[in-house]
Amino acid sequence: MRRRPSWPRKLSDVIVKVLAALSALFGLVFLAWILYVVLRHGASALSWKFLTTLPSPPGVGGGGLANAIIGTAAMTLLACVMGVPVGLMAGVYLAEFGRGNRFATLVRFLVNVMMGIPSIIVGLFVYTIMVRPVGHFSGWAGAVSLALLIMPVVARTTEDMLTLVPNSLRESALALGVPHWRSTVQIMFRAAKAGLLTGVLLAVARVSGETAPLLFTALDSPYWPHSLNGPTGNLTVTIFNYAMSPYPNWQQAAWGASFLITAGVLALTIVSRALAREKK
Amino acid sequence: MEVTTAGRSRGAAIAEVVAFPGRMMRRRSHTRAQALAETTFHGTALTCAVLVLVSMTAIFVELVRNSRLSLAKFGWGFLTSAAWNPVTSDFGAASSIFGTLVSTAIALLIAVPLSLAIALFLVEMAHPRIARPVGSAIELLAAIPSIIYGMWGLFVLAPYMADHVQPLLQKFFGKLPLFAGPPMGIGMLSAGLVLALMVLPFITAVVRDIFALVPSVMKEAGYGMGATTWEVTRKVTLRHGMRGVLGGVFLGLGRAIGETMAVTFVIGNDHRIAASLFASGNTISSTLANEFTEASQPLYLSALVELGLILFVITFLIQIAAQLWLKHISHRLGTDK
Repeated sequence: MRRRPSWPRKLSDVIVKVLAALSALFGLVFLAWILYVVLRHGASALSWKFLTTLPSPPGVGGGGLANAIIGTAAMTLLACVMGVPVGLMAGVYLAEFGRGNRFATLVRFLVNVMMGIPSIIVGLFVYTIMVRPVGHFSGWAGAVSLALLIMPVVARTTEDMLTLVPNSLRESALALGVPHWRSTVQIMFRAAKAGLLTGVLLAVARVSGETAPLLFTALDSPYWPHSLNGPTGNLTVTIFNYAMSPYPNWQQAAWGASFLITAGVLALTIVSRALAREKK
Repeated sequence: MEVTTAGRSRGAAIAEVVAFPGRMMRRRSHTRAQALAETTFHGTALTCAVLVLVSMTAIFVELVRNSRLSLAKFGWGFLTSAAWNPVTSDFGAASSIFGTLVSTAIALLIAVPLSLAIALFLVEMAHPRIARPVGSAIELLAAIPSIIYGMWGLFVLAPYMADHVQPLLQKFFGKLPLFAGPPMGIGMLSAGLVLALMVLPFITAVVRDIFALVPSVMKEAGYGMGATTWEVTRKVTLRHGMRGVLGGVFLGLGRAIGETMAVTFVIGNDHRIAASLFASGNTISSTLANEFTEASQPLYLSALVELGLILFVITFLIQIAAQLWLKHISHRLGTDK
């Protein structure tokens, strides 16, 4: 029996290896490219004034986005206050009360589906229930749509993290006569603390860069946000409006806002990753 | 005292209960309060779970309710009509649906092979010391907000495409209608490319997990017989993990189809169906993002909401298919994921 020559096999092996390495490099190059562009354009737009003053009209230099920074922070915070507890308790239900029951299976399924629903649809939904009936845009509506995006993410990670807690811990608590709710709050939550925090941080990171759900809810405003009862300035919609405008100073401001958003989101993501790794 | 030596975080609460049984006694005298607390806690958890169900249902109901004008006027014809004229109040979803499908198809055509190659690199080839940071960096692509992709796509990628990539494509494939028309940078091709970058990390993550699940005994058997890395990959890993790859593709599809901001920046926002990939177009989500706040008449608004309803139904079906498929796979691979 003659041996087939081995060089074609070795050659194809080398080719595939090179292609795979190049693909990974391709991904890295684009990541670096995007970050570099945001850093370069964004850093030049940043200044103390940019962070502390109101936007200036097109063509007039200077001006900042203080109102948008406050608006984004306020709506994100409010969204957390609404979305995190609901998500957390839904996760608790799935992990602690609903094991193996049909309703929980349905909810678990819907949580996964909800995580994949485009954020613009959530914005549209909140528009129909909170903006259209009252006739004006509001920061509250923006916060609610962000909360709806936070909820499934937190529910999912909470369930995952609570499921990871060893059952023996649950059983020993119950055997000692600790009521279920206390064992959940004081034992399960403590054991899964790092994981739960990671989930919340990831959810916040995700929504703080969201634009689409705010377009129809919070809209945008160039004024100080005195209350969330009217259109509320926020960084992401500002980026959209300014980038699409023909004025160079507005485009410059859009880059500044992009830098702030990117830095914030990446910082949150990296911190939560580090937390998750520490847990392991 | 051995209880207190257990891990502080998890043991502390038990330790407290064990160390102070008196508290338990006291508690027992308040059984009614206890029962109430238990019921409240359980009830709250249940309510929150129900809230998930309610919001999903409410989204569907509200979208249908708010698009009833358009549903009544255009019926099923809405799906196939390419008209979009706010002045004469004639609306159809065909161009938006077309753009959504084409941009998503381009994105997947680019992202799926790349993700496969990257996953192979991370799992089979790279030393863990390299694979870990590279894997994290690829995952970081998923963390960058959509609007940042939009900014980059509009101000950096689109001019680059117009100056370098598109003329090159025209030089070689200029005869094809796919690459006809002036190279403007913005358009279907750029939108697909940006989308590809955005779904890449999601598909890579799923594929990487699936590849890592292939039992090493099977791979080692291949290597033991003298197979090269590529041969083991092709004949063992890929064959074993093919179904999982499909699940990852589903997830990427779901992402790409509803992506809004990045696409809105680079697609050109034009209601038309063109054969050329260089031509501008629109997607369901970009139409919504662009026109929703300007829609003044009820029918216009209603037509836009109906577009949203179509997108909702499509993504809902894709998500369900992806979930069922992934569940099926993990069941087969013997892991519960």
